[in-house]
Amino acid sequence: MENGMMKPDFFFYRKKITSFIMMSLTFIAALAAIIPLVLIFYYTISKGITYLNLDFFVAMPKPVGESGGGMANAIVGTLILIGIGGAIGIPVGIMTGTYLSEFGKNKFGYVVRFLTDVLSGIPSIVVGVVAYTMIVVPMKHFSALAGGIALGILMIPTITRTTEEMIKLVPQTLREAGLALGIPKWKTTLSIVLKSAWKGIATGVLLGLSRAAGETAPLLFTALGNRFWSTSIGQPIASLTVYIYDYAKSPFEDWNQQAWTAALVLILLISLLSLLFRVITRSKYKTN
Amino acid sequence: MEIKISVKNLDAFYGKNKVLHNISIDIPKNKVLAIIGPSGCGKSTFIRCLNRMHEVVGGTIKGEILLDGEDLTKTDPVLLRKRVGMVFQKPNPFPSMSIFDNVATGLRLNGVRNKKQITPIVEKCLKQSALWDEVKDQLNKSGANISGGQQQRLCIARTLAVDPEVILMDEPASALDPISTTKIEDLIFQLKKDYTIVIVTHNMQQAARVSDYTAFFYMGKLIELDETNKIFTSPSNKQTEDYVRGRFG
Repeated sequence: MENGMMKPDFFFYRKKITSFIMMSLTFIAALAAIIPLVLIFYYTISKGITYLNLDFFVAMPKPVGESGGGMANAIVGTLILIGIGGAIGIPVGIMTGTYLSEFGKNKFGYVVRFLTDVLSGIPSIVVGVVAYTMIVVPMKHFSALAGGIALGILMIPTITRTTEEMIKLVPQTLREAGLALGIPKWKTTLSIVLKSAWKGIATGVLLGLSRAAGETAPLLFTALGNRFWSTSIGQPIASLTVYIYDYAKSPFEDWNQQAWTAALVLILLISLLSLLFRVITRSKYKTN
Repeated sequence: MEIKISVKNLDAFYGKNKVLHNISIDIPKNKVLAIIGPSGCGKSTFIRCLNRMHEVVGGTIKGEILLDGEDLTKTDPVLLRKRVGMVFQKPNPFPSMSIFDNVATGLRLNGVRNKKQITPIVEKCLKQSALWDEVKDQLNKSGANISGGQQQRLCIARTLAVDPEVILMDEPASALDPISTTKIEDLIFQLKKDYTIVIVTHNMQQAARVSDYTAFFYMGKLIELDETNKIFTSPSNKQTEDYVRGRFG
């Protein structure tokens, strides 16, 4: 015990080394986790950038054999599809999540929560087949509406569960403050609880929309695809993902290239959506 | 002496657990009644019963509580809580709203939409809660970005805005520093001219300073109720005496 300090012994060094090794392992794991993302970005950007020009956004696809052209119809189509999906999935998801969190401490709530989890585990292609049977078959043709509904159904579980979790994070004291002011429960829920949880809910909505924008399988049975310009929700509609699927497996080099560009545009679109949500939900106040 | 709230043979339960036993208290108008007692004696439950906030946390009651002679278990809780407001232990301003909106929200959500009507009320309530001079230049700042003491006075202003007759305070200063506590106590003294106040407190000096009457609760029972002066100088009950002298609790 010289100078009042403990002398480092064998165990001290062993602990230091173990600590270092464990930390290195977690660091390597963290690195491994981002590798796929880096690869995805690398390939889509390097391969997709060649065809990325203004034409791609404003021009229509060219017939087989002609090079050039764009995917204006598919970009608009994807936006319409996630628009229809969002019109269904967002209100249903947010309201279900609100119900589960604020009023769902009963058997019905338990059943709904369980079924939402089941729904989130159902393969998207199955949802597509169901939408096909229920909408496409009676309407006798493929349509944007059928595709949008399938995407809307796929959004519901994500948005529901995120909303529920986010609302649960709102402190009970805020609900009590609202109720103690003589504000009815529904108004407290809407104007105080949902308002406080709004940022987190928006993240759930964004996740739902992004997932829907990236779906291909359910669209094959419902929206089908369209080589021409169409914005009618009663008609088959083009989408980026179905184009990627068609073009990537085609024998034409030119189309394969465009598939990469379509993939890049899809990623850009989702990033843009994400940025938009960040701006919209930016807090008026700095948090301390 | 006019009685504002008359509690008769009140029992309160959480599930099957009985937490208040046969409480009877007459609460006088425009006075401050302090409720003291050790932790878990039912003080908070008791004041929650007075505006039916006990229902929010799953409590039930038996007995009668009359507000101006009207049985409040038979009125609508939403209407009741406009008349009987509440300030909580931990300051709980709405963090997603500005200081102005924190005060205005009770009015707005109760149907007052006219800005010309709201603005003077907000100013008046902030003045009443002695916060106006400190925040008048930053009314658009978040309600959560001011100090804890200011937040609590904001919560009081928010409660005043819906124009209640009774204000319940559940240990309103226990999370605050001594200076903020003094401000809240001065405020209570001012407010009793217009409002009937029931305050739960752990702090016996505080009860002695702010209240006209003091009720001592122990194990869910009302042990003694008298003028504050008498409770702290010559209580009639042995348990009360032991408690105020600091022998237990």
